[in-house]
Amino acid sequence: MNSPSTRSSRPAPVSLGPPDPTLPLLEVDGLATHFLTERGMVKAVDGVTFSLRPGQTLGVVGESGSGKTILARSIMGLLPPRNVTRTGTVRFAGHDLTAMSERELAHVRGREIAMIFQDPMTSLNPVLRVGRQITESVRHHLGMSAKAARAWGTELLDMVGIPAPGLRMDDYPHELSGGMRQRVTIAIALACEPKLIIADEPTTALDVTVQAQILDLLQELQASQGMALILVTHDLGVVAGRTDDIAVMYAGKIVEHAPTPALFAQMRHPYTEALLRSIPKLDDASHTRLETIPGRPPDLVAPPPGCRFAPRCMLVQDRCRTELPELTAGGGSGHRYRCFYPVGTEIGEAARARNEAGATPAAASASTASAPRSSMASRVSTASESDGSRGH
Amino acid sequence: MAGSGTAPLRDPDVALLRVEHLTVEFPAGRGRRVHAVSDVSFDVYPGETLGLVGESGCGKSTTGRAIMQISRPTGGSVKLAGREIVGTTGEALRQIRPEMQMIFQDPISSLNPRRRVGDIVAQPLEIWHRGDAEARTAKVRELLGAVGLDPDTAMGRRPHQFSGGQCQRISIARALALEPTLLICDEPVSALDVSVQAQILNLLEDMKARYGLTMIFIAHDLAVVKNVSDRVAVMYLGKLCEIAPPDELYRNPAHPYTRALLSAIPIPDPTVRPRRREGVAGEIPSPLAPPSGCRFRTRCPRTTSRCETEEPAMTAAGDGHFVACHHPVVEPAPVAG
Repeated sequence: MNSPSTRSSRPAPVSLGPPDPTLPLLEVDGLATHFLTERGMVKAVDGVTFSLRPGQTLGVVGESGSGKTILARSIMGLLPPRNVTRTGTVRFAGHDLTAMSERELAHVRGREIAMIFQDPMTSLNPVLRVGRQITESVRHHLGMSAKAARAWGTELLDMVGIPAPGLRMDDYPHELSGGMRQRVTIAIALACEPKLIIADEPTTALDVTVQAQILDLLQELQASQGMALILVTHDLGVVAGRTDDIAVMYAGKIVEHAPTPALFAQMRHPYTEALLRSIPKLDDASHTRLETIPGRPPDLVAPPPGCRFAPRCMLVQDRCRTELPELTAGGGSGHRYRCFYPVGTEIGEAARARNEAGATPAAASASTASAPRSSMASRVSTASESDGSRGH
Repeated sequence: MAGSGTAPLRDPDVALLRVEHLTVEFPAGRGRRVHAVSDVSFDVYPGETLGLVGESGCGKSTTGRAIMQISRPTGGSVKLAGREIVGTTGEALRQIRPEMQMIFQDPISSLNPRRRVGDIVAQPLEIWHRGDAEARTAKVRELLGAVGLDPDTAMGRRPHQFSGGQCQRISIARALALEPTLLICDEPVSALDVSVQAQILNLLEDMKARYGLTMIFIAHDLAVVKNVSDRVAVMYLGKLCEIAPPDELYRNPAHPYTRALLSAIPIPDPTVRPRRREGVAGEIPSPLAPPSGCRFRTRCPRTTSRCETEEPAMTAAGDGHFVACHHPVVEPAPVAG
């Protein structure tokens, strides 16, 4: 795949200037996004802090309702106009995005930061040709001529691996397959050569062989263009081999943030460990009993007062139920986690041993791996039922 | 791939379900036909779980629906405990139906939002006049308890008061109400979060043991399928390409498509990252005009001119392992997992 920098039709350099590789490209500090609903304030994102260097790849992992998508949209400022409060700051290349007007933001979106969404069919305009949608942003942001923009659009389609790109420029989205459509949305995101791409579940709607193609493509482009990438996903497998850092989210907060190798080698937060253990592994023999996480995520209107994972945690102690742990560094190399009794540490394993000895009833039902088959499932899921009724 | 032939079939007297030369085609206008399932043969022994895997459009769901006679097969035979189902209609088909039940991908939309959970689970019993009202209530309570819900609170509630995982538990309870012998699960965990997915997979294993079920488990996730299955069949564009016991299939995948599928799975472990990708280029062709010969040949790295003209038949590649390929791979998978 050729880098566009070797070609003639690439866009002119963008206004903010080349990023300083020694400074963070993106600094998110205390970001909180709350939605006002009939039931009360939903704390969808609640105090998220992290930074990203130019060219760095960050995986944001979490289950439904963990706040990962709202985090991505809060960074871009893509939130509904009413009944939302966003606090905290998002600094991009030194500029505070939260202080910018919509007009100023319009110069950043698409040009400096681009976003790729889960469903390529709904993120493309069905009544416009692919070529028009790709060239729109370079015509608007960079003032490129129609002819130059078309040449550049064709190069972009070629770059994302679409065969016969010149012909495809005149197709409508419905004429393309799901994988091809997602390639088009990637081409659109790349058009202005942004410094940061935020991809929200970019492959969840795709088949596994196509998913591999798209993830490889994103990784190649990210490396060759030196873009930073935030990859939001529910699948730890998707981010494992493809990111520099991983942030695990639970109930609106980052619970663990570490360089990818460190996270997998030494996961500290009980939620991260439980999440990984609940995934069926190809290496395991068939009919291997899966470990489950009892219960379900907390109601974000009234989250538990202490650690938000405490009601489901196998290592939970009294302190966890009343006091919220901070995201603190531990173990060097930028590994941070939000836990009083981290997995793999002396105090953490002592807590686990205490719970397994039967001191804490909630945690006792959590370990299903070694339990007899018949009684276990009903115990665990009855627990999830008892805290699971949705209020009305 | 275009795998035809009945080589994988075993003793017809033992098999609970025997599917032979199953073909399902849908008219697509202008004289064209969608070749959804083309000449597929397999069987399932009592108490076995057969996993059907493949990507979108491979015909795995249509196969499940054709067994249930929801989508009528255009050809072939489906025998349940020796009785032919294809071609039965009306009351005869109705009498067979309680023995086969199905659960679906989206647990919330497969439950009637206006009815109470107790009534949803009791409905099959009412339709078939099983027991009196008291016996039916007792059965519903037993089923809800078995799937891990508290009958006292659950029976009076409606589906929207439950999470997706809990709705899938309710669907399972309803499917088991008539004590079926065959349970067809069509992507039962794809819409669920991983932690909930694990709960439902464990539950299905429990239910299988408790009620002596035979299952067909349809999914696109190979790791999930491996976890629950006794045999795994891989489908591509309406054809079977490989069928084997799961540990054998994942250790020694013989079909290039199976290998491509396995190598495309994202592994949640960064240390296995530098793996050899046996990926496939391109995407699945249109089922309106499937390729001649082997249907996988347009994307296959091992394709030759023979694949274009001659359809490979299912042949033995090991103990209980069958593959439909002219050029099967003999060495084991490149990386464990």
